[in-house]
Amino acid sequence: MRVIINGEPREVPDRVNVEELIEYLGLRGERIAVERNREIVRRADWTTTLIEEGDELEIVHFVGGG
Amino acid sequence: MSTANDVLTVAGHAFRSRLIVGTGKYRSYQVMVEALERSGTEWVTVAVRRVNLNRDEESLLNYIDPSRYKLLPNTAGCYTVEEAIRTAHLAREALGTPFIKLEVIGDEKTLFPDNQATIEAAARLVKEGFIVMPYVTDDLIVAKKLVDVGVAAVMPLAAPIGSGLGIQNYANLRILREQITDVPLIVDAGVGTASDAVIAMELGYDGVLMNTAIAQAENPPLMAEAMRHAIEAGRKAYLAGRIPKKLYATASSPLEGVIGRGMSR
Repeated sequence: MRVIINGEPREVPDRVNVEELIEYLGLRGERIAVERNREIVRRADWTTTLIEEGDELEIVHFVGGG
Repeated sequence: MSTANDVLTVAGHAFRSRLIVGTGKYRSYQVMVEALERSGTEWVTVAVRRVNLNRDEESLLNYIDPSRYKLLPNTAGCYTVEEAIRTAHLAREALGTPFIKLEVIGDEKTLFPDNQATIEAAARLVKEGFIVMPYVTDDLIVAKKLVDVGVAAVMPLAAPIGSGLGIQNYANLRILREQITDVPLIVDAGVGTASDAVIAMELGYDGVLMNTAIAQAENPPLMAEAMRHAIEAGRKAYLAGRIPKKLYATASSPLEGVIGRGMSR
């Protein structure tokens, strides 16, 4: 199914939850935060939050900054 | 007087080092690691950005030892209250820290803060339980309003971010220090070299936050060490209490007993 991740359209497997999506994207174990349709998905809710077609996701991490 | 117990305390968290160091713009993570080590800092800033899914990047946080450094996430690059609040939430979710260095930028060329938006964002974040450390201009009224909404520190700029111009408005920074005594004051942005950091500390500032001055120096680890000494020297001079300035000389050596004087010839 098609979703928007960090502003770009992307094909991801159907019926995945946030935890599985993070795994699929190779981001497991990273210090990241996820927003789904502008709402933060708390880490504790990753496995119970299903991604749906057309969802807009923001996935952020930390980079160098002042 | 010993300064062994002289610590920077922000919202009940104590830091032996009064230097907060940014993690951006180093030539490599290795250089950053060495610079952080030699700066003596215990607190480093990080920025929140989208993960790049199109290329494999090494994670910054792999290079920052959590047992040595506390992370201070920022909202750098945010131009609106909403963006800053959203970024703060993401940072808190990912790091589990309530600390946020709040930046709401008002102008691209100067990177000067939008003070009004900063106050509004600060008020909302404080209500949501964040420990807010805002970057602002050196304006007493803005600082007072920020204290009123409950920020944990006020962080005025010394000069534009990354400019290295040093302390540009000495008088304003002094007035801020004299008038704002409820929360720590930390100079954030504009420092270029060690003497700038010394001046900030001699003014009685509780700390200095810097990034470019170290990261873009020819030898970042050596500059980091210089900054460590500068912060310590400035702090000690402030605590020691400087002599008043006088226009004319006062001899350091006794006036009596200089040879060849007295006795009429």
